[in-house]
Amino acid sequence: MDEGLRSELSKQGVFTTTIEGLYNWGRRNSVWPLQFGLACCAIEMIATTMARYDLARFGAEVFRPSPRQADLMIVAGTVTKKMAPQVVRLYNQMPEPKYVIAMGACAISGGPFKQGYNVLKGIDRYLPVDVHIPGCPPRPEALIHAFMTLQRTIDSQRLTGPGRPRHLDAAAGSEFPVPQFGEHDLVPPSNPEIWQPPQLTRAK
Amino acid sequence: MNYDPYLFLVVFLGVAIAFALVPLGLARLWAIKYSPPKPGEQKQAIYECGLESKGNAAIQFKSEYYIYAIVFLIFDVETIFLLPFAVAFLNLSFGAFMAMMVFVLLLVEGLVWAWMKGVLTWK
Repeated sequence: MDEGLRSELSKQGVFTTTIEGLYNWGRRNSVWPLQFGLACCAIEMIATTMARYDLARFGAEVFRPSPRQADLMIVAGTVTKKMAPQVVRLYNQMPEPKYVIAMGACAISGGPFKQGYNVLKGIDRYLPVDVHIPGCPPRPEALIHAFMTLQRTIDSQRLTGPGRPRHLDAAAGSEFPVPQFGEHDLVPPSNPEIWQPPQLTRAK
Repeated sequence: MNYDPYLFLVVFLGVAIAFALVPLGLARLWAIKYSPPKPGEQKQAIYECGLESKGNAAIQFKSEYYIYAIVFLIFDVETIFLLPFAVAFLNLSFGAFMAMMVFVLLLVEGLVWAWMKGVLTWK
């Protein structure tokens, strides 16, 4: 609808919207996170839900203990290789539409523990991450900013057409393969459809 | 025109059934048009904090919890049935009184069992 017409109508007290707008508005204002704190970033995540940096005003007050009732998985903390299959399995058990926020340096790329033998160098090796929050730990305001970025992403998702998200597309897969414990490392070490190692070009 | 007093109830029943069925129908229409269901083997697996679960999640009810059922019957269900008995006590016939005493006797047997088993003492 024409934006000028819409603003004229709203000045007269007539409010117009689309089904897509209403659907996305309902989804963005009631994103329920999964209780998934792994390490120190979880403390900042908890602080974000408390009184000073209230996350409840965004509709995300209820952190669900069960993945079946959650929309969003905030991976807060270092993901060890022992924990990685459980993270992916929990993500697979969430119903769609689902989103992932990688909070903190450890969830993005392994962080300060990148040389650890048991540290998974970033959860985006196995899961499609929507928002990355740098920081060690990121401040609660940063988590709120990431949440608002996610809300803008949800607002811009289409309902029909080729650009529609994965949860509306019956042909797109819904599960990601769970890594198994190999002899020295996880098998496979990363999911090639989601993550490729960065290409290094060396100066001559 | 004679106003049928049950007309309101019929209308109420119809509206109540519609209130329950219309959102379900709308959800089904939405699933058909926009958001098809995407079941998956892992998506519907049993939840066990991210681990693989072995066996069925619906386990059989344990019969060792029978004493809780007996104590609940005595202290909750019998109490509810004793309330109308207490209200109508002075107007009862002897036969009704005896029927009520049989009912109380059955539940007193359960109370005596629980008492002798020692579940009513607080350690």
